Amino acid sequence: MADAILVVDRLEKRFGGNRAVDGASFEVARGSITGLIGPNGAGKTTCFNCIAGAIRPDGGRVTLNGQDVTGWPPHRVYAQGLSRTFQIPQELSGMTVLENVMLTARDHPGENLWEPILRPWRVASREAEVREHAMAMLRQVNLEPLAHERAGTLSGGQRKLLELARALMADPELVLLDEPSAGVNPTLASRLVEDIRTINRERGVTFLVIGHDMDVVARLCDRLVVMTSGRVMVEGTPDEVLNNAEVQEAYLGSQYR
Amino acid sequence: MLEAIMGLAMSLGDPTFLVTFQGAVNWSVGFLTTVAIFAIVVLGLNVQWGYTGILNFGVVAFFMVGAYTSALLTLGPATGFNAYILGLDLPVLVGWLGAALAGALLALLVGLPTLRLRLDFLAIATIGIAEILRTFARSGNGLVNRNEGLNGIPGFLAGTVDRGDYKWLLLAIALASLLLVYLLVRAATESPWGRVLRAIRDNEATAQAAGKRTTVYRLQAFVLGGAIMGFAGALYAHRIGAISPPGFTDLFGTFLPYTMLIVGGAGNHRGVILGSLVVGFFWFGTPLVQESLPDAIGTNVFVWRQFFVGLLVVMFILWLPKGLIAEEARVSRFLPRVAGGPSLRARITGRFRAE
Ligand SMILES: Nc1ncnc2c1ncn2[C@@H]1O[C@H](COP(=O)(O)OP(=O)(O)OP(=O)(O)O)[C@@H](O)[C@H]1O
Ligand SMILES: [Mg+2]
Repeated sequence: MADAILVVDRLEKRFGGNRAVDGASFEVARGSITGLIGPNGAGKTTCFNCIAGAIRPDGGRVTLNGQDVTGWPPHRVYAQGLSRTFQIPQELSGMTVLENVMLTARDHPGENLWEPILRPWRVASREAEVREHAMAMLRQVNLEPLAHERAGTLSGGQRKLLELARALMADPELVLLDEPSAGVNPTLASRLVEDIRTINRERGVTFLVIGHDMDVVARLCDRLVVMTSGRVMVEGTPDEVLNNAEVQEAYLGSQYR
Repeated sequence: MLEAIMGLAMSLGDPTFLVTFQGAVNWSVGFLTTVAIFAIVVLGLNVQWGYTGILNFGVVAFFMVGAYTSALLTLGPATGFNAYILGLDLPVLVGWLGAALAGALLALLVGLPTLRLRLDFLAIATIGIAEILRTFARSGNGLVNRNEGLNGIPGFLAGTVDRGDYKWLLLAIALASLLLVYLLVRAATESPWGRVLRAIRDNEATAQAAGKRTTVYRLQAFVLGGAIMGFAGALYAHRIGAISPPGFTDLFGTFLPYTMLIVGGAGNHRGVILGSLVVGFFWFGTPLVQESLPDAIGTNVFVWRQFFVGLLVVMFILWLPKGLIAEEARVSRFLPRVAGGPSLRARITGRFRAE
């Protein structure tokens, strides 16, 4: 691929005897919206965790922006321009929705121990900017009215939206979205598809999206990567992939009711 | 407060030294001074455990290191049968600064190797350090005067007022120190920095995904807390004038601060100061009413008060787990205040748990 922002090469991760990811290889083109699909337990989330540094792969290589980031800790991968959401929302339930989003901001001097004590004015002005930005992110996912509520009071679908707002807050080059529309109502889910496309087009952000909902994935993605049992089975445009007999057998047959 | 103590004492019949007004005043002044020093320790613990979730079972070790450091810096050289190092005769304020640095250094020594590992390793390590320090202080010949400890530690500004009025000055110093530490801790934690700490406490994976180097933040919080505890130890040493290893028990220096934190409301600085007052009142107040308690309890009041305070903590954990003043949802003081957490009634009846 000419310009790949992410290259995953023969990635492996075992949990005991279970080969969750078993030599998966694929690439994500810069500026694309790529879908990662496959049946439950195919190893999609484990791939995400290995790419983002949440867990260390047992083998293989992850290259982000031309840089080998295999086994890097999450904060360094983040610094390379990656942000991610969790399949099961990991919101900070005791904190406000707004501050959940603000946490992800880049370059905040106030996160330095001495700044809030010695130069509070500097922190205050950056904090105001970050707040505006976070509010804009919340507006995008319809959560603005809940900005000052505790995140623990949100519904399941709202938590998924919060995940998305938080990931986008980081001004990423590449975003990994793990089932962003699961549990979100269909109307809002269609709007999410539109929003992601808009962000992709206007800001050039690349997306790698795990999805279960075929309609959403097909409408959203330029390319699809299909995983089964820890490996990549097929890659291609949505049309190619969805009309592939093997895929219909392995994935749609068992999953798509 | 004063009326409360006196009223309590009067109604319960025969307290020995609260019958006079002067006695009550003396007791209250001493009590508040002690509470203020404890509250400083608890603020340090609030940075470590309340905000960051670092379980430190060796709070007393940091307190003790601060007490000894400041004493050794400010005492004159050892004479007679005494044997201790340093004895530099430095000004008390320098001693206090040294105590805070010593607390920070101890935190760095314990935290550096353990905080990068799983969180329980630090907790296990801290269990040991208090015992190690006590044993060391008892046996290290010629280092810190063994079991006799250090005596004649100079009071801060001791010569400036009448002996009889010095207790008021001590109280003022303790309260001023508490205010200073409160403002410092507040400035540090009610901020984006504190937001990261709370994120680490509540969900480390989220904090990491948000690009935070969680071990570095943990170490910072641990060291800041350690410095504050060391400073409190110095205040204590200069207030009582004599320290020795048996005085620094886990019960007094670790258990009590935790109960104050839990009762007051972990994560809320004003809450934990209130908690220090309430638990301190239980702890230091029980001996006052010894005479009026049933004999079975009265004769063993120092054992029973442990039971009472333990019971208080259990009741809080069960019915008011967020403490007297719950932590705010808003962390950063640079953001507008959010209408408060659940009401006291909601918290007692447990309705908030349904959220
Ligand atoms: N932390 C873990 N410990 C042990 N086994 C794990 C762990 N995480 C994942 N697994 C196992 O690895 C395999 C792949 O799981 P993974 O979550 O990556 O699948 P997935 O493709 O995301 O599935 P789904 O569509 O259900 O989310 C599964 O068999 C799962 O049980
Ligand atoms: Mg998954």
